[in-house]
Amino acid sequence: MSNSDKHDISTEVSDKETQQKAKSLQASFMSGKINRRDFVATSMALGVSLAGATAVVSEVEAATPKQGGRLRIGITGGATSDVLDPGKILDAYMINVSMGQVRPNMTKINVDGSAGGDLAESWEPSNGAKTWKFNLRKGVEFHNGKTMDSTDVADSIRYHTIEANGSGGSGVVSGIASIKEDGKDAVIIELNEGNGDLPILLSDYHLNICPSKGDGNIDWESGIGAGAYTLEEHEPGVRTLTKKFANYYNTGNEGYFDEIETLGISDPTARLAALSTGAVDAINNVPQKTASRLKSMANVKTLISTGNKQATMPMLCDIDPYTDQNVRNAMKHIVDREELLDKIFFGYGELGNDSPVGPANYFRATTDELPQRQYDPEKAKYYLKQAGMSSLSVKFHAADTGFTGAVDAGALMRESAKAAGIDIEVVREPNDGYWSNVWMVKPWSACYWSGRPTEDWIFSQIYYSKADWNDTHWNNSGFDKLLVEARAETDEAKRRDMYVEMQRIVHTDGGLILPAFLSEIMGYRTNISVPGKIANNWELDGHLCSRRWWRA
Amino acid sequence: MSKVITMIIKRLGLGILTLLLLSLLIFLSVEALPGDLAETILGQQATPENVAAIRKELGLDLPAYTRYINWLGGILQGDFGNSLALKKPISGLIAPRLQNTLFLTLYTACIAVPLALMLGMVASLFRNSFFDRISNTTALSAISMPEFFVGYVMIYFFALSGYFPSMANINPNTPFFDKLYLCFLPAVTLTLVVTAHMMRMTRAAIINVLALPYIEMANLKGVKPRRIIVHHALPNAVAPIVNVVALNLAYLVTGVVIVEIVFVFPGLGQLMVDGVKFRDVPVVQATALIFATAYVGLNLLADIISTITNPRLMRQR
Repeated sequence: MSNSDKHDISTEVSDKETQQKAKSLQASFMSGKINRRDFVATSMALGVSLAGATAVVSEVEAATPKQGGRLRIGITGGATSDVLDPGKILDAYMINVSMGQVRPNMTKINVDGSAGGDLAESWEPSNGAKTWKFNLRKGVEFHNGKTMDSTDVADSIRYHTIEANGSGGSGVVSGIASIKEDGKDAVIIELNEGNGDLPILLSDYHLNICPSKGDGNIDWESGIGAGAYTLEEHEPGVRTLTKKFANYYNTGNEGYFDEIETLGISDPTARLAALSTGAVDAINNVPQKTASRLKSMANVKTLISTGNKQATMPMLCDIDPYTDQNVRNAMKHIVDREELLDKIFFGYGELGNDSPVGPANYFRATTDELPQRQYDPEKAKYYLKQAGMSSLSVKFHAADTGFTGAVDAGALMRESAKAAGIDIEVVREPNDGYWSNVWMVKPWSACYWSGRPTEDWIFSQIYYSKADWNDTHWNNSGFDKLLVEARAETDEAKRRDMYVEMQRIVHTDGGLILPAFLSEIMGYRTNISVPGKIANNWELDGHLCSRRWWRA
Repeated sequence: MSKVITMIIKRLGLGILTLLLLSLLIFLSVEALPGDLAETILGQQATPENVAAIRKELGLDLPAYTRYINWLGGILQGDFGNSLALKKPISGLIAPRLQNTLFLTLYTACIAVPLALMLGMVASLFRNSFFDRISNTTALSAISMPEFFVGYVMIYFFALSGYFPSMANINPNTPFFDKLYLCFLPAVTLTLVVTAHMMRMTRAAIINVLALPYIEMANLKGVKPRRIIVHHALPNAVAPIVNVVALNLAYLVTGVVIVEIVFVFPGLGQLMVDGVKFRDVPVVQATALIFATAYVGLNLLADIISTITNPRLMRQR
């Protein structure tokens, strides 16, 4: 809730002196200096209406977290094949249960997008951000009563670096040369090269801290962690019940519920029906098409966060005609982004500017630094001419797996491209096997990325010439050089300049068309209180809803 | 009677052969799908090294025929094998799901079969009457609508108003009567989907029999129409009815994936869809085998019943 929404009792009284009194009265009540009874009595003596005074009371009470109750989450991304192995975590259901409820990481992403300590309390980089010392929180207890120490942390991170474990988080930890215990309460991480983003990387949803078995392996099978909730019942992909952990390190400040019930509901209509009938308290992944339904439901509120989730249309820069930078630029100008955002994504999102760095990134270029690219068929014609062409025929390969509405987006682009003499044939591909047969195979296709919290992460993962998922097959040596330099740069202003420059290079030279960043649309019932500002690194308050929300 | 036993043995043999062929077909079709579990688990993170590590761990690097034979050998010893993704015995995975599916099937059958037979008989009794037309039109409309739509309509009218829950997310600890309450909407949805077929067949079969000379005889004798239908016509119309009932029951076991998804019901169908999605071959095979067994078994049962109820087949000349 922003301040402007709050009720202000001083507006109810007329003379200046009383207004001052009313203001200071409300301030002392809101900061807890006087109790509710005194506040109501005094404000009525000042001439404030009872309704006005009670409005303030209920606002204040709503903002004070209450303990107890149950949170029931209807969530997507659950599958019968879900395992507790942190390296095999794939989707929302298990991210929410594992990282959000049961097994927190060393670090977490704060609401403002910065890295905050979770099981690690503080950290110091040295040696050009190559050596990192992480001081662990003391006295953290696992659900089985064992006290967490540096061995648990070191083994949990090391787990993902071991190839045989086949961890999905192996890419995140690939820069780690070694991780060593430094006494009981600290670990030292050595990197292959400097990286100022390490604390953010450690918040990756795979890197949950599990108890060590003592032989270098970790016990993930039991689902024991040091989180606010203990795993009680777990039916993969269907239902998970967790209960409040009495010895949680941060009890009182977060993790207010007694119980969390996580239900896998894959069908969007079933999710909406469950929320509407009160069978669940919160749902994620409301389709843009039905988001307006949420508004018409009684006792339901809509929650929107726009992070780095992005719809993309990668062109393969090593396949004709996209080998020519001019052709790529022509293609970027025939996309009417505003139309796509409006018609395909129903306005739930932000315009993209052909750079993968998004709203949840720290060093995102402003529109002054990198002007928003517009639909401009004349410019597209100009670039085509530069490439020595007067017209162009291309195929756009799409399926809803790429991003929802991708085929329709193709149809809209087909129309907008005509003005520039570009003919787009939209090829509808099967959803099944899309990622193996279409994406990174066909010269121009539809794709989406959930985004990465750091510029370095998304650039190294997708736009670095040797990256495994370089889905534009783009190779720009200047960009590659800057990428390595920016990583180890510790001066923030210089680092910002470098990242802005890299965004400019991708924007003008890359094979990426990024029409929009997509909002996460969620719904919750009014019996749940959600803080005014929520995290946008993941849906459901960065998947920490069970820690940050409470029962109204 | 010996004829029946020979028939059962013969049909059982054929059934097993069918299942065997089917298992091969399923195996081949899952093999033909692009990608495998290793790639699915890793998704966009599938680097060649990671994929190879997982494949090796799961035994996916073995040739296809070796995997098939290993699996078949296990089945013959009553071992469904382990789920590749969960690394747990499939039997433990399937048991609760199968229980749920059978529960919903029986629940639906208890509503749908008597309803369909009753409606069919009454419709044949008053054929071409207003009642006949109305029940036919209603049943045919219900079957013509896609299941998910019927499900959504049910949710709209009965769940959003608060009479019944929209989610049938039962678990093994749910008490029996709660289960009945939670599963009411899916059961009604399925009833609407399967009733028409059975009812129309009952009506047609009885009307067919009613045209025979012995019914005319009964009529001339002055037997009441109701008695003619229940005592004279129905027993001779059992064979086609039983067959159609069996077919619909088999459908209830195997074909309710969409209803499961709409009502968030943890049944076998959902398990199989997940299995296909994640290329968890043993799970797909096991569920497919169960579905096939249900089909073969129910059809066998229908054949036995129609043979037993038909004196001409029972007594050899």
